[in-house]
Amino acid sequence: MSLTRPMVNRDSQFFWDGTAVGELRIQSCNACASLRFPPGPTCPDCGAFDRGHVVASGRGTVFSYVVHRHPPVPGKELPIVLVLVELEEGLRMLGELVDVPDDEIADVEVGMAVQVDFNRIDDDLTLPIWRRA
Amino acid sequence: MGSLGGQAAIAGIGATEFSKASGRSELQLSVEAIQHALADAGLSASDVDGLTTFTMDTSSEIAVARELGLPELRFFSRINFGGGAACATVQQAAMAVATGVADVVVAYRGFNERSESRFGQFSVAAATQVNTNGLDNAWSYPFGLGTPAATVAMQARRYMHEYGATSADFGAVAVADRRHAATNPNAFFYEKPITIEDHQSSRMIVDPLHLLDCCQESDGAQAIVVVSAERARDLRQKPAVISAAAQGSGADQFVMTSYYRDDIGIPEMGVVGRELWRQSGLSPDDMPMAILYDHFTPYVLMQLEELGFCGRGEAPGFIADGGIEVGGRLPLNTHGGQLGEAYIHGMNGIAEGVRQIRGTSVNPVEAAASSHVLVTAGTGVPTSGLILSA
Repeated sequence: MSLTRPMVNRDSQFFWDGTAVGELRIQSCNACASLRFPPGPTCPDCGAFDRGHVVASGRGTVFSYVVHRHPPVPGKELPIVLVLVELEEGLRMLGELVDVPDDEIADVEVGMAVQVDFNRIDDDLTLPIWRRA
Repeated sequence: MGSLGGQAAIAGIGATEFSKASGRSELQLSVEAIQHALADAGLSASDVDGLTTFTMDTSSEIAVARELGLPELRFFSRINFGGGAACATVQQAAMAVATGVADVVVAYRGFNERSESRFGQFSVAAATQVNTNGLDNAWSYPFGLGTPAATVAMQARRYMHEYGATSADFGAVAVADRRHAATNPNAFFYEKPITIEDHQSSRMIVDPLHLLDCCQESDGAQAIVVVSAERARDLRQKPAVISAAAQGSGADQFVMTSYYRDDIGIPEMGVVGRELWRQSGLSPDDMPMAILYDHFTPYVLMQLEELGFCGRGEAPGFIADGGIEVGGRLPLNTHGGQLGEAYIHGMNGIAEGVRQIRGTSVNPVEAAASSHVLVTAGTGVPTSGLILSA
């Protein structure tokens, strides 16, 4: 089975346009400068619909992680390490921690530094992925 | 405004057998369970004027009504968010009868969740649904996080990191559930208790969760009949009075992936707990036992904390040394839970609460038959809870 593709709408298109050009874009409110992930049409802090984005540094730390072994995941060869990353900007984002050999999985830990990279799947989809920093 | 507490009661419960391959349609399972529940209550199908279920259920209220031969329906509703709907269907029923919108409301849930659509698998359908849930899942499924076990494991790992909980602490829940299932002839794992060593040596599914941290996939159906407390007193069974019925959703809430708020955990269950205590005027000390939703063991620990049975991070100590087994300080899931009896999306737990109030559980907690049972619904999602009283 092939990889599960993200549902995209006009509120989230900017994020995927960003990954396609190597940018990890975070929604920001043009009215109050509040940052938000995951994105949405509104600023929950001030109620404005006037949104823009900033480009995240791509640096973060592991807030939590799992090692998925069963059952099968479409488009993946198991096991995979999935991380909940706390970005430098103070937001959290899920992703796969790649290039972790089986005998190094035990070294993954909460607080570990990670760096974003981008995995181009095809013309329409580039996924953010994470590497040990 | 009056309070909902005490106005409605569960007068009947009914279920199919719990299996891995029912051999019947999901609609037939639900109808069978409803027929059993009505017979249990001493009511007939023509008495029913309301039906309520989960949005996930594949059998609509009108399809069920046709099969039952119901003359007409005055109330029908559905609750969203998977297993979080369980106790909320009873809340719907209680509100309907308390306000006179309907007289006899049946809450039902039936599925072939093992032999047909397996919830434990990676759900591409969840990620491709054309609604905001599908959009929410864009931030998890495409990266490879898309099974219920994986979403819970992410929370469990953080809980272990913050509070020093261990896999063996989670295993204590599985051991308790399976001990209770071992004496329940209706449980899939009847006469099959496990030890903590069995738990620790079971294969890793999504590290830190072992196989024995995960509930079963089951085929079956469960129905619950709700009438006014006054009417229930004239029916066949001892009523299980609904002293409180609550729903809860927390800040920045998602379905299974509420990872973006400060306190990732399950604060939605705190919302439910505070409302249950408020409506009933009761407190955790008044509960001799509870049925806590157990699709995955770590959330049982976190529920104990959110509901106020112990402080944050204190659940490992609270459940230690048989604390949640029959004879312990707070027996949980005396039917065997969803790890031991069957996974009927929390509805079979409500039935066990009713049996404890009636004094007919196979693992009776004596004090429950003269007091109360707390029941909760699915965790990691917007959820619900009940306090049933004798």
